[in-house]
Amino acid sequence: MIPGPFGYHRPASVGDAIKLLASLGEEARPLAGGHSLIPMMKLRLATPGHLVDLHGIAGLKGIHRDGNRIAIGAMTTQHELLASDEIRSSLPILQEAAALIADPQVRYRGTIGGNVANGDPGNDMPALMLTLGAAYRLEGPSGAREVMASDFYQGAYFTALEPGEILTSVTIPLPAAGHGYAYEKLKRKVGDYATAAAAVVLTMAGGKVASCAIGLTNLHETPLLAVDAANAVIGTSLDAASLKKAAAAAEAIMSPAADARGPVEYRKHVGGIMVTRALQRAAHRAK
Amino acid sequence: MNDLTPTREQRTAALEGMGCKRKRVEDIRFTQGKGNYVDDVKLPGMLHGDFVRSPHAHARVKSINTDEALKVPGVLAVITAETLKTVNLAWMPTLAGDVQMVLADGKVLFQNQEVAFVVATDRYAADDGVSKVVVDYEALPVLVDPFKSMAPDAPVLREDLAGKTTGAHGPRKHHNHIFEWSVGDKELTDAAFNKAEVTIKEMISYHRTHPSPLETCQCVCSFDKIKGELTIWGTFQAPHVIRTVVALIAKLPEQKIHVISPDIGGGFGNKVGAYPGYICAAVASIVTGKPVKWVEDRIENLTATSFARDYHMTTEIAATKDGKVTGLRVHVLADHGAFDACADPSKWPAGFFNIVTGSYDFPVAHLTVDGVYSNKAPGGVAYRCSFRVTEAAYCIERAMDILAQKLGMDPAELRLKNFIRREQFPYHSALGWEYDSGDYHTAMRKMMESTDYAALRKEQAEKREAFKRGETREVMGLGVSFFTEIVGAGPSKNCDILGIAMFDSCEIRMHPTGAGIARMGTKSQGQGHETTWAQIIASEIGIPADNIMVEEGNTDTAPYGLGTYGSRSTPVAGAAIAMAARKIKAKAQMIAAYKLEVHEDDLEWDIDGFRVKGLPEKFMSMKDICWAAYNSVPPGMEPGLEAVSYYDPPNMTYPFGAYLCVMDIDVDTGVYKVRRFYALDDCGTRINPMIIEGQVHGGLTEAFAIAMGQEIRYDDGGNVVTGSFMDFFMPTAVETPRWETDFTVTPSPHHPIGAKGVGESPNVGGVPAFSNAVNDAFSFLGSTHIQMPHDYWRNWKAAKSLGVLG
Repeated sequence: MIPGPFGYHRPASVGDAIKLLASLGEEARPLAGGHSLIPMMKLRLATPGHLVDLHGIAGLKGIHRDGNRIAIGAMTTQHELLASDEIRSSLPILQEAAALIADPQVRYRGTIGGNVANGDPGNDMPALMLTLGAAYRLEGPSGAREVMASDFYQGAYFTALEPGEILTSVTIPLPAAGHGYAYEKLKRKVGDYATAAAAVVLTMAGGKVASCAIGLTNLHETPLLAVDAANAVIGTSLDAASLKKAAAAAEAIMSPAADARGPVEYRKHVGGIMVTRALQRAAHRAK
Repeated sequence: MNDLTPTREQRTAALEGMGCKRKRVEDIRFTQGKGNYVDDVKLPGMLHGDFVRSPHAHARVKSINTDEALKVPGVLAVITAETLKTVNLAWMPTLAGDVQMVLADGKVLFQNQEVAFVVATDRYAADDGVSKVVVDYEALPVLVDPFKSMAPDAPVLREDLAGKTTGAHGPRKHHNHIFEWSVGDKELTDAAFNKAEVTIKEMISYHRTHPSPLETCQCVCSFDKIKGELTIWGTFQAPHVIRTVVALIAKLPEQKIHVISPDIGGGFGNKVGAYPGYICAAVASIVTGKPVKWVEDRIENLTATSFARDYHMTTEIAATKDGKVTGLRVHVLADHGAFDACADPSKWPAGFFNIVTGSYDFPVAHLTVDGVYSNKAPGGVAYRCSFRVTEAAYCIERAMDILAQKLGMDPAELRLKNFIRREQFPYHSALGWEYDSGDYHTAMRKMMESTDYAALRKEQAEKREAFKRGETREVMGLGVSFFTEIVGAGPSKNCDILGIAMFDSCEIRMHPTGAGIARMGTKSQGQGHETTWAQIIASEIGIPADNIMVEEGNTDTAPYGLGTYGSRSTPVAGAAIAMAARKIKAKAQMIAAYKLEVHEDDLEWDIDGFRVKGLPEKFMSMKDICWAAYNSVPPGMEPGLEAVSYYDPPNMTYPFGAYLCVMDIDVDTGVYKVRRFYALDDCGTRINPMIIEGQVHGGLTEAFAIAMGQEIRYDDGGNVVTGSFMDFFMPTAVETPRWETDFTVTPSPHHPIGAKGVGESPNVGGVPAFSNAVNDAFSFLGSTHIQMPHDYWRNWKAAKSLGVLG
């Protein structure tokens, strides 16, 4: 539980951070909240030669409304999301999910940027970003670019981030007024990753589902957008048959690993239940 | 007498003696971060050691290259088995009569086994050195499943035992066999089964788990070359035993070994045995001439130092049609891992598992236990229980429920029908124990009334009907558990550790101003000894508990004792305290008689001093007697007021209790909710009700963890897959149910204050209550036994196999 030797750098601007990452090369890793990277370093499963700590960059923090979009700085912590009035009124699903991440100590340090950029299939925020249609701003030596969350995840710990790039902010379009939402997460205990989790954002019109997006956490090597499952409930009143269809469509794209949380069959089965429960709860909340 | 004269009630209350909910005096430092633990020990020039560990579960070690490690800045030495052989310490004896490698000698036998010890100027350099040691392994076939240990073609694990057909506990019948232990009357038991009207048979497994105290195992060893003295600060539950073991294996004179157990952050059996870290740190200190610290991390703790359980109990009960038990037959397959490092009294290879007849009047019983080796970590410690007692209680309590199900009887009614009756005590069990006292029917009926058991059964019946009609997806279980513990090891006639009788001790020294110090052979790891021991003395000799300091853990100052584990402290050391206090009181009476100018037979004890019978104003307080003891003792009497007692208990004590768990399980996800948990404990005389309640809360929480998911699990390759708190279930306050506690009081007839011990009862009784609740929930669907642990996915699997998932 003791990391190997590494260099430590604390730049004051995004530009300096990018320059440092470029000059230090592949040996360097940016450090955000550190709740994934530092345990890996303590186990010596990750042995970066240099850490570029992003905590000194004031511009990476904060939550701003920009027309019909919400921009969240990458170094904004889960705790800050939970404390934000803006998030509470515009994107309440983020608060519902953030409250289910680990425990208060972790949430004081863990950041949204680190959570979405690391590519860990167990992280909760990526599936929400897919569900909400979020985009990530990536800045690197050749400038800044925007990548949709749905194009970002390529495999476990593999993402669209190029060497030397930093994810600097997350932009989320405001969901429709009166939308219903829910994040259903089954976990063994406080602090655990999801055995299975599902995010739902939907709108209702005349007692029927008008629009719907469903995201899945920890049921595949990347977060998933369950498009067929969502389509299965659009136009329905979420009757038992439609819910069953949606759960089956969601299960069809899941391929979780067998681990101490349970065998594959169990994790898929409860994945379907999380989808069903999230749909019901979201519909109940929709106005 | 005037208004300022305290009443008798006020004088009693001022003592804060037995029965008082005295606040824990040790918590003043613990709650302010001022405890002093082993890792707080920092000595000038102190070095740090860390282990190279095996990634393989079974492999030959072809070579160990330390060249690159020794080039790491700060690394001073790398110790291997070859180094240890020069001082004859490559292997060490275990408490169970086996031997264990200190560092890998030719092969490794479990994953994370200690292979080399790197010593450096700081912990970072030591770990850098660890990463540079190159070990060449040749993988060997791995044996994980104990049911395959004695297969004819099973791999040979212990090459050091080649040709040894006899072990410490008798004949070995296979190269991976350790011992066979047999108790009871086989012929009579077989006869009972042959004529039984009803029988049940089930293989009941108690999975492998781990005590996992918050503070891991650790030590600092400092060898003074000039004086030839070795001082060891360590997380030891039994410091004197460690001193003797070190003297025997390191061939150092025992007076030159100083063992100090400072504050300990939980033990639960994990800190009884001796581990390679202690030996390596001591040898490293002798080699380098500097103090050496070794601190285990969490992964090392969970995977290398002493697991608990891994008992597989094939259990049969014979009974009459109307539910009277007539015989019990149990065979246990006990997986001890790579070395038999069980921490039991030496003559008891399966601990006190022969308490397996439980609280029931079995006329005959027969028990056999086969111990086997596997490629898993060594151990088999008593994790918050007396030796193998939680295994026994789980076995019989689960089996009684299975019998009740077969007979169509209520599990509580079946128990009431078979309990040992109050008038049968002292009761001789079919497997050889003499139960000291009990009133099981009263305790059980109190539990049933307090919880309105009948109403709960009615609700369950209604819910089952609703489930069958498809109106709910929840099933409800009632887990009844009635346990009898056997604690207080133990009488010298049947208990010793490496030949040392399992007495315990207390030395009390009173000071002139009416204060005093009590030094003990026990060692608190959180039990609150500093608080409760002073309360016994307060009640015995009338000095306020606040004026008594309790000191434990330093072998230079404490009288020899066997330490704290197996709920033995109150039954054994608690008795020694009372006996030492009574010696003080006897001398005090002589002094008081002299000072009051009467014969000592004319005195009577009155709360906090002696009074002349019939002359209430002629009184001498214990405080004043203390002063007199130092300046005006009777002619011919030595001054001073102190006493020591070494107490060899005449018998074990037998605490008991009645527990009920009410649980609801969602069959679609396997998620359970503990709706209610009621625990009635009878631990005899209650010294501090608040501390008892705290002990029960802690023990129930551990029982909850074990029954519902806490597991050390290996894959087929012998890799530990539950090596951190991410996967090893350690419940937080969020998951932990609310506990309801209750009690009855049946004092022990042979204990000086009638106390029986309580620390481990809730773990022993709690595990079957949880497991019976899960099993009871599913029983109406046709299942008879579902193995622990009952985590979500296994509950779902049970529901699925019963065909209720559609």
